[in-house]
Amino acid sequence: MTRRKQRLILIGGGLAVLAVAVALVLSALGEALTFFYGPADLLSRADAAGRRVRLGGLVEPGSLMRDGATARFVVTDGKAEMPVSFTGVLPDLFREGQGVVAEGRLTPAGFVAETVLAKHDEKYMPREVAEVLKKNGEWRTAQ
Amino acid sequence: MIAEAGHFALILAAVLALVQAAAPGLAHLFRRPGIAGLTGFAAAGQAVAMACAMAALIHAFAVSDFSVRVVFENSHTAKPMLYKVAAAWGHHEGSLLLWAALLSAFGGVTALWNQGLPGGMRLRVLAVQGLVSCGVLAFLELTSNPFDRLSPAPFEGRGLNPLLQDPGLAVHPPLLYVGTVGVSVAFAFAVAALWSGRIGPGWARAVRAWTLIAWIFLTAGIALGSAWAYAELGWGGWWFWDPVENSALMPWLTATALLHAVRGVERRGGAEGWVVLLAILGFGFSLLGMFLVRSGVLTSVHAFAADPLRGVFILALFGLIEGGALALFAVRGHRLSGRIAFAPFSRDGALLLNTVLLIVATGVVLFGTVYPLLAEVLGIGRISVGAPFFDATVLPLLSPLIALMAIGPLMRPGRDSPRRLLRPAGIVGGVGLLAAAASAAWGGWAAAGFGLAAAVAAGTVLLLWRSRRSLTRRGLGMAVAHLGVAVAIAGMTGGSQLADEAIARLPVGGSLVLGGRSFTLAEVRAVPGPNYIATRARVTGPGGLALTPETRRYENPPQTTTEAAIASTPLGDTYAVIGEGGPDGAVLRMFSKPLLPWLWASSVLMCMGGGIALFARLPRLRRRER
Repeated sequence: MTRRKQRLILIGGGLAVLAVAVALVLSALGEALTFFYGPADLLSRADAAGRRVRLGGLVEPGSLMRDGATARFVVTDGKAEMPVSFTGVLPDLFREGQGVVAEGRLTPAGFVAETVLAKHDEKYMPREVAEVLKKNGEWRTAQ
Repeated sequence: MIAEAGHFALILAAVLALVQAAAPGLAHLFRRPGIAGLTGFAAAGQAVAMACAMAALIHAFAVSDFSVRVVFENSHTAKPMLYKVAAAWGHHEGSLLLWAALLSAFGGVTALWNQGLPGGMRLRVLAVQGLVSCGVLAFLELTSNPFDRLSPAPFEGRGLNPLLQDPGLAVHPPLLYVGTVGVSVAFAFAVAALWSGRIGPGWARAVRAWTLIAWIFLTAGIALGSAWAYAELGWGGWWFWDPVENSALMPWLTATALLHAVRGVERRGGAEGWVVLLAILGFGFSLLGMFLVRSGVLTSVHAFAADPLRGVFILALFGLIEGGALALFAVRGHRLSGRIAFAPFSRDGALLLNTVLLIVATGVVLFGTVYPLLAEVLGIGRISVGAPFFDATVLPLLSPLIALMAIGPLMRPGRDSPRRLLRPAGIVGGVGLLAAAASAAWGGWAAAGFGLAAAVAAGTVLLLWRSRRSLTRRGLGMAVAHLGVAVAIAGMTGGSQLADEAIARLPVGGSLVLGGRSFTLAEVRAVPGPNYIATRARVTGPGGLALTPETRRYENPPQTTTEAAIASTPLGDTYAVIGEGGPDGAVLRMFSKPLLPWLWASSVLMCMGGGIALFARLPRLRRRER
C-alpha cells in the first residue's frame, strides 16, 4: 500500500467520524434541546405544549401546597402565572417569593415539573430568572 | 504584614516569569549563551515565590485575618480548621492563585527534572512556560489580587458556602487544578517542538510522562467532584453535563487522546503533527474551561460570580496563547510529520482512529456547552443543553471507541491482517455478546453497556494472558487502566439502567417500598453540629439496614444543605434523602443504584494504571539524549 493511499484512508476515516458527529448533533438539536420561558412566554407559545421546557420565575408567596409527596405552587413573572406540580424533594433553597427554574412539560392541567432547580448560592438568583424578572420590571436585588 | 509579603512574592514571581520567558531569546540575540542559564533559575525562583504567596494566603485564612478582603468574604471564625484552609481556594481569587502557583510549580519541576533533554529543547520549553505564566500572573495581579486589604477590618467574616464544606471538596479543586495545569507542560513541549522543528523519542517520552501525570490528577479530580455531587446535591445523580463539569471533561478527553497518540511517536515516529496539535488543544480546553467557569457567561451550578472584565481578560489570554500556538502550527506544523509509518489496519491505526473519536467527542461536548451562548447571540432563544443532547451525541460516538478499545490492543503494531485477528476478535466479541444477551432483559442501553464492558474486560484479560511472559510495567499499567474503564462502564450502566426510585411523604413510623424492599421512617430529630443544626432522620430497612439522611441549616451564610445517606455494598448503593422534615414526619426519597460503587472503584483502577505506567517511565526520562 502506498503512503499516499494510507494517508487517504486515515483522512477519509477522520472525515467519516466528523460527518457522523455532525449528523448526530443536528438530529439532537431538533429534539434534545430545552427552551427556557417565563410563564407569559410559555402561555403564548403554542408549540411549547408537550415539549420538554424550562420554566423560570418567582414562586408566588402563599401558593405552596402539599399533597402527599407532590408539591403544588404557582410560578409568576409579574405578567402571567403558571401552576406547577412536582413530585419529589424540593431543593434546599426553594422558598416562596424566591426565584426558581422548573424543568418539565406543559399539560392541560398545568406545568408538570420533573426537576426543580434553585441556585446553590442564596446571594444569586438563576440568571435566566433574573432576566425574565428584569424584562417585566419585577427585578429586586437580593438583600 | 504577611499578606503584603505574599503580594510581594506574587509580583516577584511575575518578574521572574518575564526573565524566564525572555532569557533564551536574549541569549540568542546577543550571542551570550550565559544569559540562557538564568532561565532555569528563574523558573525555580518563580515556583518558590508562588509557593510563598500561596502560603501567605493560606496563613491569612488559617488565622482568620478579616482585613484581607477575600478572607472576610469567604471565611468565618466558627468553622473547622480544614475548611478555613480549604476556603483559601474556594473562591475566584484564591483558586486563581492556586492555579498560577501550580503553573509555576510545574515550570520549576520541568527546569529541574528534564535535564536529560537536549539543551535547546529544554530552554524553549521553559521559555514557553514563562510566557504562559506571565499572562496568568498579569491577570491575577491586574484583575483579581487576592491580597487586597479592607480598612477598617471587620470583626467577622461572611462564611464559606456550606455546600463546599465537605472533605472531598476541600481536595477536589487542587487535584483538578494539578490536572488542568499539568497539560500546560505538554503544551509548552508542543510549542517548543514547532519552534525548533524537531521531535525525537526523548521529546515523546517527556510529553507522555507529563501528560500521564496530568491525566491521573484529572481523573482523580473529576471522580472526586462526581462523588461530591452524588453525595451532596441529593439528586441521586453523579454527572449533570454542567458547563463546569464539561470544562474538566474536555481536557480529560484530549489528554486521553494525547496519551495514546504520543505512544506511536515514541515507538516509531509518525503522526507528529497530530500529537503536537492535540497537546496545543489540550491546554486550550483548560483555558477555555477557566473562561467558562470564571467569566459568568454560562449559568452553572458552580460558576463563580460574574465579572465581565475578568471574562474579557481570560478570553484575550486564551486568544493570545491558543491563537499564537495554532498560528505557529499552521506555519511550521508541516515540518514535523513527514510520514505515517504504519498500515491503517494495525494497532497504531486503531489508536489513531480512537484519538480522532475522542477529539470529535470533545468537539461535540464543546458545542453543547457553548451552544446556549451561540443561540442567544443568534436570537434563536434561551436554550439549555442538557443530558438528552449529550446522551444522544456523545454516547454513540464513544461506543465504537470502546469497542475498538476492546480489540485494538490485541492487534499488532505497524501492520496486521484481518485473518490473524479473527480468533481474538471472536473471543472478545463472543464474551461481549453473551453479556449483552444476559442483560437484555433490562433494555437496550443496559445490554449495550454491559456488552461493551464485558468485551473490554475480555480483551484486556486476553492481552494480559498473551503477554504473561513479557509483561512490562507499562503494559500492566495500560491493562489496569483499561480494566478500570470496563468497570466504570458497568457501574454507569448499572447505576442508570437498573436504578429504582421511590418517594413519599411519610409520618414517623410510615414506610415506602423501593424495588421490593420496605423502608420505615423510624425517627426525625434535630441534632446540633459544629456550625449548623441538622434535621436527622433514621430510616430502617430489611437486614438491619439503617440510614441517617440529614438536612443541615447553616447560619453563616444562612443556607440549608442536604446530606444524603448512602449505604454501599459491592453490589450497589441504597441512597436516601429527606426534605421538609419535622418531628412528625418528612418527605423521604430513596434510590437504589445497583453497581454504582464500581464507578468509584474504577477511578481508583484508572489512576493506579496511570501510576504504574508512569513509574515505569520516570527513570528513563533522565537518560541523556543526543
